[in-house]
Amino acid sequence: MRYAAKKLAMMLLTMVIVSFLAFLAFQIIPGDPTARLLGADATTESVAALRAELGLDRPFFARYGAWMQGALRGDFGRSYSYAMPVSELLAGKIGITALLTAVSFLLIVLVSLPTGVLLCARERPGLDRAANAVNQIIMAVPPFFTGILMTLVFGLMLRWFVPGSFVSPSEDFWRSTAYLFFPALAIALPRIAMTVKMLRASVRGELDKDYVRTAYSRGNSRWQALYRHVLRNAVVPTVAFLAMAAADLVAGSVVIEQVFSVPGLGRLLLTSIANRDYPVVQAIVVILALWVVLVNGGADLLNQRLDPRLRLS
Amino acid sequence: MLKSKRPRRMIRGGMALSGCMAALALLGTVWTPYSPTAMSGAEKFAPPSWVHWFGTDQFGRDIFSRVACGVGTTFFIALGTVLIGAVLGILIGAVTGYFGGWIDEALMRLNDALTAFPSILLALVFIALLGFGKYNVILALGVAFIPSYARVVRTEFARHREMTYVRSARLMGASHGRIMLRHILPNTTQVLLPALVIGFNNAVLAEAGMSYLGIGVKAPDVSLGYMLSESQGYMMTAPWYVLCTGAVIVLLILGASLVGEGLQERRGQ
Repeated sequence: MRYAAKKLAMMLLTMVIVSFLAFLAFQIIPGDPTARLLGADATTESVAALRAELGLDRPFFARYGAWMQGALRGDFGRSYSYAMPVSELLAGKIGITALLTAVSFLLIVLVSLPTGVLLCARERPGLDRAANAVNQIIMAVPPFFTGILMTLVFGLMLRWFVPGSFVSPSEDFWRSTAYLFFPALAIALPRIAMTVKMLRASVRGELDKDYVRTAYSRGNSRWQALYRHVLRNAVVPTVAFLAMAAADLVAGSVVIEQVFSVPGLGRLLLTSIANRDYPVVQAIVVILALWVVLVNGGADLLNQRLDPRLRLS
Repeated sequence: MLKSKRPRRMIRGGMALSGCMAALALLGTVWTPYSPTAMSGAEKFAPPSWVHWFGTDQFGRDIFSRVACGVGTTFFIALGTVLIGAVLGILIGAVTGYFGGWIDEALMRLNDALTAFPSILLALVFIALLGFGKYNVILALGVAFIPSYARVVRTEFARHREMTYVRSARLMGASHGRIMLRHILPNTTQVLLPALVIGFNNAVLAEAGMSYLGIGVKAPDVSLGYMLSESQGYMMTAPWYVLCTGAVIVLLILGASLVGEGLQERRGQ
């Protein structure tokens, strides 16, 4: 319990620093947002009025405090290029990226865990070598190239899906999920390979230990030893790794959304960067970073449940 | 465990592949079969042949020449990124790991916060602030990768800090700087080397990704990522464009990752 409390306090601190960095980064940009908002016919009075309205005339920490207060209530200010609050702009996009992330995480878990365990179930040098080679190659193909190949083969040649025909999940959840299958797979593939490699390495590390020999000597078969003893220990580093992968998926989706023209957070981020729409960029960055902190913290807590030894440190 | 030959084979294979890519990059800076920017209306979308090894693109430009230049750009950016990230990361990691104390606590909290931003996201934000272009990409990615190096180096320095050889060096009156640079740093190469190679790998991947998104290298410089995004529009008419460009990116990453993984496995034995 004390471990959990300490962990939560640490996560909170990290989040505060994260939000502060994100705020700071967009304060040191040269140029005044009012100049762009008002355009060429800005008068000194209208600039001053807008500065007051946006709170730009107040000191730095006061602005940070105000922005934090807003952000905690889900209010990230107004977008420069779209005449609407940032939160409304984000609301429609978060669901799409979350769905994409969820589908690809599901794919990682469903494919990599069984594959990793099955590859360890018996000692087969030939299969091992083949699996290693395949793993190495899959890890070297960047997701956006996999995505492009998928649109070429499954979209344009086999016509299993029409590239660019994405429907929002609020309209038709299942069609939307079906469209996201290939993008999700493209993001998931290298992470599947890494997880398999990771799982096999940790299982192999455990198999040499004394308790496994003891398990064998009591008449357990390899499968039983693996299932009853080894996996419990081997799964701990894998959970941490999966958490890192889950955190990383959002970054992967930024690129892959572009490949498959999925109108999610990533696409919004890119157009906002191109338009220098900083409130939107800031909000997306903070949200994605908070997601990473939450996932990693959650994984630490989960691991500490799975392996009581970790509670000591 | 028995020492296997696998790591050594991986390192050799990876070095050979990376060497070929580096040679291609060097070749691209001094000589290409055609000018990478020369357009030719008569030769739009020519399929691969002895005249144009990788075919031509929508403006009739020779894809092989452009790929060679693109590999050069990618190498330049990736090496620059590793240099910035590693030098600053090693400096920060060494100081925090060696001295410990509150400065370590503070910097590591900052590090935790920075690692919460996925590195490509961090780089995108830097680019949003700095503007496009080759040098800004190097700066953005270099800074984005500092935390990963700092973390690795810090762990090593903290581990070595209390070892006997460091204590005796201190007793003999060596300065902190000398201990860090001459005594501990050489002992961390086993960990540092794979980290550097994997960092190079990530830099290649990130640069290609950013250029693909159109947020990276600017026009006169040729970039593999940007070529890939261009080729996506002509996948059915000129499949060789996307395939050749993508294959070169894959080989580039495969070479570096083989070396990195091999080094890591060698350390594990």
